[in-house]
Amino acid sequence: MKIAVCVSQVPDTTTKVKVAADGKSIDPAGVTYIINPYDEFAVEAALQLKEKHGGETIVVSAGSERNKEAIKKSYAMGIEKGILIKSESEMDSYTVSRNLADVLKEINPDIVLFGKQSIDYDDSQVGNLTAELLGIPSISVVVSIDIDGSKITCEREIEGGKEIVESSLPVAICAQRGLNTPRYPNLKGIMAAKSRQIEERQPTYTENKTEVISMTLPKPKAKGKILGTDASAVPELVKLLREEAKVI
Amino acid sequence: MSKILAFIESRDNKIKNSGFETASTALKLANDIGAEVEVLLIGNGVNAVAGELSAYGIKKILIADDPRLEKYSTTAYSKVAAEAAKQRGADFIILSATAMGKDIAPRLSAKLEAGLASDCTEILAQDGNIIAKRPVYAGKAYIELKVTSQIKIFTLRPNVFKSIKVEGISAEIEKLDIDLNDADFNVKVKEIVVSSEKIDVTEANVVVSGGRGLKGPENFYLVEDLAKVLGGASGASRAIVDAGWRPHSDQVGQTGKTVAPNLYIAVGISGAIQHLAGMSSSKCIVAINKDKDAPIFQIADYGIVGDALEIMPVLIEECKKVLTS
Repeated sequence: MKIAVCVSQVPDTTTKVKVAADGKSIDPAGVTYIINPYDEFAVEAALQLKEKHGGETIVVSAGSERNKEAIKKSYAMGIEKGILIKSESEMDSYTVSRNLADVLKEINPDIVLFGKQSIDYDDSQVGNLTAELLGIPSISVVVSIDIDGSKITCEREIEGGKEIVESSLPVAICAQRGLNTPRYPNLKGIMAAKSRQIEERQPTYTENKTEVISMTLPKPKAKGKILGTDASAVPELVKLLREEAKVI
Repeated sequence: MSKILAFIESRDNKIKNSGFETASTALKLANDIGAEVEVLLIGNGVNAVAGELSAYGIKKILIADDPRLEKYSTTAYSKVAAEAAKQRGADFIILSATAMGKDIAPRLSAKLEAGLASDCTEILAQDGNIIAKRPVYAGKAYIELKVTSQIKIFTLRPNVFKSIKVEGISAEIEKLDIDLNDADFNVKVKEIVVSSEKIDVTEANVVVSGGRGLKGPENFYLVEDLAKVLGGASGASRAIVDAGWRPHSDQVGQTGKTVAPNLYIAVGISGAIQHLAGMSSSKCIVAINKDKDAPIFQIADYGIVGDALEIMPVLIEECKKVLTS
């Protein structure tokens, strides 16, 4: 089985966002970058599928030099090959997907895994968009995967429940938290990752279909009211919720 | 005149609230930029509920009605929506950013070579163009963006836009003629498992979330009881999800669910930056926490500095009393 997984490198979740001088993007100063947490579930799923069904694994990323770290992390976990479509200019989800799809067409995987969204732009677009460009089905927000011959069955989270979704292969899967617990790279993996090459490609498509005009921080909230230090403050709280905030 | 196509989500022939929000937002936008609105309903027997959209001022309803469309299929629904957009010459497509809307929209983006602004919290008309505002970094920042392609797609964050009833409109219903073949159903929902009767945190008007301050999973019932009294849903901090007290699906925060209810009550949650990112756009925030320096108090409208286990039973009783009086 040929298994591909797509990853990106993002600011870690403890990042306090500051707006850069261009007024449109995040100031990278002092930011720690990590592999997108949802992509880590995708990488783990790829490795588990390989362990169960055999085959080869390849990681693909589109973006800046920084994304090499996400590929190296995937290597350290056990992925065997990696391609970076390198571009230092900002790519929106459409452009990223076009580039990924062009490389994935060559690879022709049976299954391609994504994180359900990247935690920077939170677009939730690239998985399904790339699948459509490849002309294959996709299942997003997936919390379980079961492959039986040429059929795959997944559980997908929806509002207030789950859908049991069945698909033919090849297929794209977008991983949600709960799918698995990503492994920690062991020393052997980390050493092996160091010597493994990353193939670099030029972007095949560059025309974004969206344009960011500005980035702003949410307005700071006015200082709230501390109503007390024990249960005697409860009647006052309920009164305020009812009469001032009018929310109950 | 330009045209807005709004996809209205229905499940089991019931239009979701987010569907009415989508319809009303499309109409408002059409009014601002001088466009006409057509809405699209997909399913089996959706004809029966289409009329409900008249009550929200919709004049034209397109229907794709087919027994094979009874259960959701990402490929088939996307094909229908893309074909409808082409047949009707849509310039703008609006969907709700629900599990279904988020699944369909990127496929439309690919099929129609159209840019997509997802999970928008504001849509503004500016010189005939549309500017979308949306949260990034789980709400730690916002971007304003425009879509530069010919066809433009927007998904709307549920629970943010208003649905508005309009009287005296009777909609015209038109059945679409779209060819679907077996290959369009290569991926298909077999079954839906409803987790329980409870409301999902992303759809609730009131969310009560619990954290470490509850001291143990055996006390989580306090959170659930208060949520029930207030007709809301319960959520959890990452700390207690990681500790195994609650399932992943309950987690509110940057790698969990993002919520924006009218009322968010954080019980024994200190407010790590990841948690704040997932709930800080709630309209009213209440914090109950022992530590007066906890970050949650910086964004709370009302706070009680104290022991959640002592305060919660009193709060539940007081709410019951007030709501039944």
